[in-house]
Amino acid sequence: MTDLALGRTFADRDRLLRLLQEYGVYAGVAVLLVANIAFTPHFLSAENFRTQAVQVAPVLIVALGMALAIGSEGVDLSVGSVMALSTSLVSLYLGYGVWIALITAVIGGIVVGVANGSLIAFIGVQPIVATLALMVAGRGVALVLLPQLKDIHDPGMASLGSGDVLGIPYLVLIAVALALVVAFTVRRTTFGRQLLAIGDSRPAAQLAGLPVRRVLILVYVCSGVLAAVAGVLASARLQASDPTSLGNLMELSAITAVVVGGTPLSGGRIRIGGTVAGAVLIQLLTATLIKHDLPPSWTQIAQAVVIVLAVYAARERGKR
Amino acid sequence: MTAVQTIGTGQPTEGAGPPGPSRGERISALAQQHGALVTLIVAVIAASLSFDTFLTTDNLGNMAVSSAFLAVVALGMTFVIITGGIDLSVGSLFALGGVLGAWGSRYGTLVALLLPLAVCGLIGLVNGLLIARARLAPFIVTLASLLAARGILLAITHEGATTYLVDDTSFFARLGQDKLLGVGVPVWITVVLFVLGAVVLRRTRFGQYVYAVGGNEDAAALMGAPVARTKTTVYALSGVCSGLAGALNAAWLVSGVTILGSGMELEAISAVVIGGTLLNGGFGFISGSLVGVLLLKVIQNVINQIGSLDSAYQQVVSGAFLAAVVIAQTWLGRRRRML
Repeated sequence: MTDLALGRTFADRDRLLRLLQEYGVYAGVAVLLVANIAFTPHFLSAENFRTQAVQVAPVLIVALGMALAIGSEGVDLSVGSVMALSTSLVSLYLGYGVWIALITAVIGGIVVGVANGSLIAFIGVQPIVATLALMVAGRGVALVLLPQLKDIHDPGMASLGSGDVLGIPYLVLIAVALALVVAFTVRRTTFGRQLLAIGDSRPAAQLAGLPVRRVLILVYVCSGVLAAVAGVLASARLQASDPTSLGNLMELSAITAVVVGGTPLSGGRIRIGGTVAGAVLIQLLTATLIKHDLPPSWTQIAQAVVIVLAVYAARERGKR
Repeated sequence: MTAVQTIGTGQPTEGAGPPGPSRGERISALAQQHGALVTLIVAVIAASLSFDTFLTTDNLGNMAVSSAFLAVVALGMTFVIITGGIDLSVGSLFALGGVLGAWGSRYGTLVALLLPLAVCGLIGLVNGLLIARARLAPFIVTLASLLAARGILLAITHEGATTYLVDDTSFFARLGQDKLLGVGVPVWITVVLFVLGAVVLRRTRFGQYVYAVGGNEDAAALMGAPVARTKTTVYALSGVCSGLAGALNAAWLVSGVTILGSGMELEAISAVVIGGTLLNGGFGFISGSLVGVLLLKVIQNVINQIGSLDSAYQQVVSGAFLAAVVIAQTWLGRRRRML
């Protein structure tokens, strides 16, 4: 009798925690939205939504790549430096046209991704250390290419940064399109299945004959390319190339978005919808605190608390 | 791993002891332990031959003092990495320690030293409890406290707008700036801390637990080692070290500079790894981390002396250097395991 009751409470608690982990981030976004609509003046305006969405777009794009890396039981700390590298390359090659600049930036992302992936897949360096090395070196290369902030004067970049279709900014459209592509890749392609299998257990994947090395390199190339695209878009929005500060602490925001969105750090599962909601949650949290005149320092503390809570919730589930 | 191999390759003959380390095994072990020292000696000789300004008392003294702060941070990081963990919050705690030290110096040297130690130690303790008791990943917990500590720092400096100054004549400032027998006081403090650290790691039960936890956590627990308490202590220790380094740095600069310390976690991790400590845990030395710090600082100094190479190249070289060392370490480690 008591055993039965005890078993039921455990099952209830387990289900509650699972629900909280799977849908907690959506609930968080909803709560913040409602609270803001109720208490923040001028929150409910098209202009405000537009601003928030444009600000969240680069973070989301970087977080998509980060989700792939974390799903493979890795992490990519070099994303912020890749953004800096891509903004430097954009400035250097913009003279040849927007497309050439964009392609060069993406090539930069591919190079960093191949370097990360090779260190991890061929030499067996831990992802956190390999990407740490590229994080330091990448920002250095970005600053060698372009030592200080430079304004961008280009009509193509200007329209990329501030143009829209039916009122929806290009930046947001691109971010949403990329999220859909990544979600499709994770769910429906061989590459996605192999990536999750490797994240679940690399030795098992190896024994099953999966092309572990190729998949891992591809994962970090994807992360590098997405970070490079985010760098181009961020430069277009700012109308400037700022290799010193662009992408600073971006790895933290991206990891937060992914983890808060319910993707476990232990790999093997990726939640793209959760990642999108996670990025939105952080943006809303920041906006809420700023709009209520709380200084930026509070956002950092709040973000830290959110990370720990999200990981704590994930832990309870993983243990059972 | 070895046990599996023994079964796989057939039983050893009765009575025969385990085979001694082969020559190749010994060479890779030596390279892993002393490679950094050899590289340091080569770098120092090359630098003193190339630049007349390198072996001057001024340059060496400055280098020693600026190495001291990183060395104290790396000391705590060495303990953490030997347990198989990682502490990304050290840079933020270093900056926070500096600001708290500078702010506290108006209430006397005791406050200037104890406040950073207490606050940073407390944050380290929280890191440790979350990692050891709640079993959260070290990397994500310390990432969160990196953010939080920087947030607290910004809050007490009015979003970075206020810089707290240390009274130049106070005992606290003297602690950072004075020289004893021609060598800066921070250097002496660092040397004492390293000797203490080495004794604790090599000669105490706690030190044995640190290695045991990093080697194999489950085995350590079965042996009766207090795994959770050891891990908690190690992170608290790392917090205290970072806070102390920050406070000493503030005494040296006579101000609590808010922008310092970003990227310091990378430097500290690099120094520890270059010093031969394995990121997988269970193996490492305090002295190696000191060599690692000196090597990083000599390389930075050489880059600065070249002059035409600016700080951007410094980052490129540091990153490439870290990658090279980790590749070598992984390769040597694998070779040792295969032999």
